[in-house]
Amino acid sequence: MKKLFVLFFGVTALMFAGAPFVIADAPYESTMLLVQKIFYFHVPAWFVMFTAIFISGIWSGRFLFTGDRRADRVAVAAAEIAVIFGLMGLVTGPLWGRKAWGVWWQWDARLTMALLLEAIFLGYLLVRKYGGPGSEKLSAAMAVFGMLNVPFVYISVNIWRTIHPKTSVVPTLGPGMFGAFWFSVMAFMLLFALLMHLRVRLEQQRAALDDLYLAEEP
Amino acid sequence: MTMLKKLPGVCLLLLLTTASVFAVQPPGGAATDGFVPLDSLPPGEQLPAAPLLITAYAFVWVLLMVYLWSIAQRLRKVESEMESLRRRTPGAAGR
Repeated sequence: MKKLFVLFFGVTALMFAGAPFVIADAPYESTMLLVQKIFYFHVPAWFVMFTAIFISGIWSGRFLFTGDRRADRVAVAAAEIAVIFGLMGLVTGPLWGRKAWGVWWQWDARLTMALLLEAIFLGYLLVRKYGGPGSEKLSAAMAVFGMLNVPFVYISVNIWRTIHPKTSVVPTLGPGMFGAFWFSVMAFMLLFALLMHLRVRLEQQRAALDDLYLAEEP
Repeated sequence: MTMLKKLPGVCLLLLLTTASVFAVQPPGGAATDGFVPLDSLPPGEQLPAAPLLITAYAFVWVLLMVYLWSIAQRLRKVESEMESLRRRTPGAAGR
């Protein structure tokens, strides 16, 4: 298991080290030119966030219905990763928008919904930390609710009038951009798998520590 | 069983709330009429892209490094606490 982890870690590190070269090699988009290259980290960050949210939501649902503590540990790990990658998306997006749109932020459907999704999972973590006994179930319900929002965030650009590019951008990428984009997505997904492994291990160790404290009590 | 009883109500609520999603949007007005393509701006008004690109990539890298470091710190703290507790409680060593 440890060997597999080291192998995964090595491949991910190599992919992240190579990503700037692959991205630099990709052709320029005709209207946005250099700033469009933010897209190669911005979109994969959202892919990871959505994946993490689905994992958190599904395992939270399982925890709510079965009371399985292992499911709760996976859910909390995925929720924290979702917040981290959501933050990446929310910071890199305005950096691109400042050049492409002339403004850092616009309160349109996609941007506002993405911010709310981030807020839901930030709320999840705060409830876990400060909610006291029983907060696991409350936060699990929040994760399920957050997961149900993801499809709306994703299709918001297609059904509402918004300045954000539509979902048709990725399927219509040119050959040079296509390879660089999916290379970045693979690197981000591998990183996500590694972070999940580490974060779930942390939750397992915390649970084991709680058991040790309980065993110590007379 | 109670879950099954609530299911039609939940479905109805979902139907009612999702209907608003497909509401027709009003046509574009004055806000979109003043749009100027990025490459048509005079040179003085154009923003340099490189600092924005570098900031974006640097932010992602720094955030990832800090997050990895934070997980490692928390793991180390929990494991050292477990170790000291195991030493204090010999009965718990085998668990």
